Parts: sequence; structure tokens; C-alpha cells
Amino acid sequence: MSNIEASGPKPRSFFTTSRIVTYSVLLIAAMYYLFPLYVMITTSLKGMPEVRLGNIFAPPMEVTFAPWVKAWDSACTGLYCEGLKPGFWNSVKITVPSTIISVLIAAVNGYALVNWRFKGSEIFFTVLLFGSFIPYQVMLYPLVIITAQLKVFGTLQGVVLIHTIFGMPILTLLFRNYFASLPQELFKAARVDGAGFWRIFFEIMVPMSLPIFVVAIILQVTGIWNDFLFGVVFAGTTNYPMTVQLNNIVNSVQGVQEYNVNMAATILTGAVPLIVYFISGKWFVRGIAAGAVKG
Amino acid sequence: MADLSHSRSAAIAAGSGPRRLFHNLFVRNFSAKLAATPMIMTVLIVFVGCTAWTIFYSFTNSRSLPSGELVGFDQYTRLFSNRRWNASVINIMTYGVTSLCFTMVVGFLLAVFMDQKIRFESAFRTIFLYPFALSFIVTGLVWQWIMNPAFGLQETVQNWGFTSFTFDWLKNRNMVIYALVIAGLWQGTGFVMVLLLAGLRGIDEEIWKAARVDGISTWRTYLFIVLPMMRGVIVTTLVIVGSGIVRLYDLVVAMTQGGPGISSEVPAKYVYNYMFGAGNLGQGLAASSVMLLTVFIILIPWMLIEFRPKHHS
Repeated sequence: MSNIEASGPKPRSFFTTSRIVTYSVLLIAAMYYLFPLYVMITTSLKGMPEVRLGNIFAPPMEVTFAPWVKAWDSACTGLYCEGLKPGFWNSVKITVPSTIISVLIAAVNGYALVNWRFKGSEIFFTVLLFGSFIPYQVMLYPLVIITAQLKVFGTLQGVVLIHTIFGMPILTLLFRNYFASLPQELFKAARVDGAGFWRIFFEIMVPMSLPIFVVAIILQVTGIWNDFLFGVVFAGTTNYPMTVQLNNIVNSVQGVQEYNVNMAATILTGAVPLIVYFISGKWFVRGIAAGAVKG
Repeated sequence: MADLSHSRSAAIAAGSGPRRLFHNLFVRNFSAKLAATPMIMTVLIVFVGCTAWTIFYSFTNSRSLPSGELVGFDQYTRLFSNRRWNASVINIMTYGVTSLCFTMVVGFLLAVFMDQKIRFESAFRTIFLYPFALSFIVTGLVWQWIMNPAFGLQETVQNWGFTSFTFDWLKNRNMVIYALVIAGLWQGTGFVMVLLLAGLRGIDEEIWKAARVDGISTWRTYLFIVLPMMRGVIVTTLVIVGSGIVRLYDLVVAMTQGGPGISSEVPAKYVYNYMFGAGNLGQGLAASSVMLLTVFIILIPWMLIEFRPKHHS
């Protein structure tokens, strides 16, 4: 047996040193990233006496859902004790129309920019892209004046308008790049057949661009749900989104801090984007990477 | 449907020449311009108009309402002699430099490890990236709890018997800014990893073969061959991360509220407080104009790279 020469490449063992190092590093990194999620969940399932024992690594000895119920239903924000419930519905009322309106506007706009260029359209688009880098704080006060003039300051419509405005650069870029990658022959053929702007859009472009609509919707739902600044400035106290309510509950100065309720409230607020993220997987990655790809 | 539209356009085409011409021109331009109206309005009114408004009124002595009385650079002089503003600038620079270095290095290392044809790649990516789907408010509150001196990590480790262990960064004036860095890194490194991994995957496989033939070690290839080739992706990432850092606001509000004292105050929070809290609009507008200038400076290297090749070709 010993005189038989081995031929072909040496089969690579799974347990080489470099493999072990690679997986060790990745596992340690994964633990760092998962640690806060673990702490959030375990703390939210403990009773306050157990939380005060001061062991954030320990799983709950006695699982209780009372903090979750309190966070949703009766936690106090300083003024009211209605929990996160109203904030959740406000966030829904803000996110749904903002997402629909901003995605539709960006889709039509991207289509116009690719297939129906007019004089100056590229200049406007360039300024739009650069505009996305302007800190929001710069435009905040004039927008307060404008929305007040339009009688939408401190209303749901006001905050929807603001989200529509600031979602436009990234979404337009997304749609413009996607439409530009489609074969132009389809568009030309439809033009020859006499189809107009809206007909080509609804009958050819939209059915072909469902993937990019999914990416855009994911981007907007997570982005708008996570917004804090626009909610606190433009929505008005009765329409505060979930993030603002959450911050008011946790950082309210009155009363004894209930860390288990705070963590339950934090998970509840993070739940919507997290669910969207875990379900959408690579679509989410595509959405965030699209912002970094050159236009 | 196609027949219908064909007959309709045929009907228009059958009309008189000038009318057809007018119809085609008007309708075509009208639809595209109608579709682009929100963009045009956003650009003109918000990005150009509001920015110009802010810059103009930063030269006035506006208190709780905008006033037209010009006072030159008074607001800016006052701004840079304000203790809180200067602390905010130093804080954001400390945060920015530390955060930028760590995000890029950690993000790149993770991307390299992810690029080793590993198993469970998508599971690892999901884990590294999920914090990016969460808001800064959620991020700040979780880390505020972990760093809670009474019941958090410090107490836990002390209860294990390491009684001299301290991790009280949220109460420590010198360290609180690094507490924000840790939370910010947790939220954002996954995103940088994804961008840089995309950059790594975009490198031609031939480069790797050539490096292997020449006997260049793997880490040398990454550092001296692959990294310079990723210049475009890296600059784009830097610009995105950098302009995000200038805006830093939510995380501070949730995690430290600028404290203890003013040791974690940041410019964006200064702007907000002076505009909506202190009734000193001119100060808020001047501070936000400085933020704008900072972003503009960050954008310059990106613009140079983005627009240089076009001039040559």
C-alpha cells in the first residue's frame, strides 16, 4: 500500500488552523452582535426582584410576560399611562401612507428620468442626490414654517409629507438605476405602438419592476418606522410615533425605573423592522447596498 | 388594448399637422414634468430654498421668531465662544474619528473573514446586520441598560467575584463618548461589512490567481493589492458613514441625553435645543450652517473621485 502515490490535490481538511481562526473570530463577533438582543429578551421576561439581582447574562428563573403587557398597555410616558399602544398605531398611520406615496412618486420620477428626459432633468436629479447629504437640521426650521403655512404642522399629513420629501433621493436613485438597466427596446417598441407615458409605465414598467418595488418598500418601512427626529418635530404630541413614545417611557424622570418593562417596550418597538428584516433577508441587503452603488 | 390605443393615436395623427405637433409635444412634456414635479419642488423649495433660508437667517439676530435684522457673523462668534458648542464639536470629533476607524477596520476584517468561502455565510451576515435594521433609539436604550452601573454589566461581573471591575462609562465624563461609540459600532459595522464584502466580491478572480502564482501571502494580497483596488467602495462607505456621524442625534438623546453634564453633547442636539427649546433661533441656524459646511468638506474627496474619471474620458 505504501508505494501507491497519491494523485490530484491534497484533500483539504476542514480543521486547518486558518479555518479554526476564521470560525472562531466569526463566532465571537456573532456573540457580540447577539448579546444585546439576548439581554433585551431575557430582561423583559424577568420580574423586577430578579432584575435587581444584577446578572444580565442569566436567563430568567421565572418567566413572566407581565412587563410586556405593561409596556404595551399601561407604561407611563410622563403625561399619560397608555403604554406603547397609541405609539404603535401612530407609527402605522405614519409609515403606511408615507411608504406608499414616496415609493409611487419615486417610481414615476425614476421612470421619467430614464425614458422621458426633459431639459434640466439630470441637473435636478444631481442636486437631489447631493441634497440627501444635507443634515436634516439645516432644513428643519424652514420646513416647520412651510408646514405651518400649509396647515399640516403637528399633524399626520405633515409628517407624511416630510418623510415623502426625504425619502425621495434614495428611492429615485433606486428606481432610476433599475429602469436604466431594463432593455430599452421594450420601451421603444411600446412607443412605436403609440403607447404614452402612463400606459407604458403601468403596463410595461411596473409589472417588470416588482423586485425593486419590494426593495423600496422594505427600505421605507424600516427607515420611517425607525425615525425619531421628524416624528418629534412634525407629528405633534398626539401623533408621536412609537420611537418617540418609547424614548419618553424609558427616559421619563418620574417614578421608579422598571428595567424589565423598558426592555419589553424596546423589543416591541424594534419588532416591526426586525420582522421585516428577518423575512426579507437579501432584499434588505439589496436595498441598503443600492444607496452605495454609483448612479 | 393595443389595437385601441393604436386607433386612438392614429386618430390624432390624422388631425391637422400643427395640432398633432402641439399635442405630442405638450402631452409628452407635460406627463414627464408632472411626474418629476415632486422632485423639482423638493430640490427647489427644500434642498436649495430651505438651505439658503437657513444660511441667510444665521446672519440675523432672530430670537424665537425669524427677524430680518442682519448682524454679520455675530451668531458665529457667539457660537464658537459657547462652552456647550465647543464641547459638542470636540465630542463629535472624538466620536467621529474613533467610530470611523473602528467601523472601517472591523467592517473590513469581518468582510475578509466572510470572504473565506465559509459555511453559514448568510446566517453570519444576518447576525452582523440585524442591528442596522433597528433604530438608534432602540440601540441607545439597550446599551444604556447594559451599561447601567447598578444592575448592568458592571454589577454582573462584580457579582462573579471581580469586585474591582468597573464599567461606569455612562457616568464617567471622560468615557461617556466611547460608550456612544460602542453602541454606534454595534449598530453600524454590519452595514460597512456588507458594502466592503460587495467590494471584495467585485475584485476580479484573476487578481487572486496572479497573486498566488507570484507567491504573495493572502494577507499581503488583501492589504496591498485588493484594498487599493477597492478605493471607490471605500470612499463611498466613508462618505455615507461620515455624513451619518455629523447628524448623530437620536443615539445621544436615547442613551445619555448629552450627559453627564455636557460631556456627550453633540452639534445636532445643540441645533435642536436652540431652535425649539431655548428660543434662540439665530444660534440654532448658525450651528446648523456649520454642520452643513462640515458635510460639504466630507463630500469633497467623494466628488473628486466621482467626477474625475468623467473629465478624462
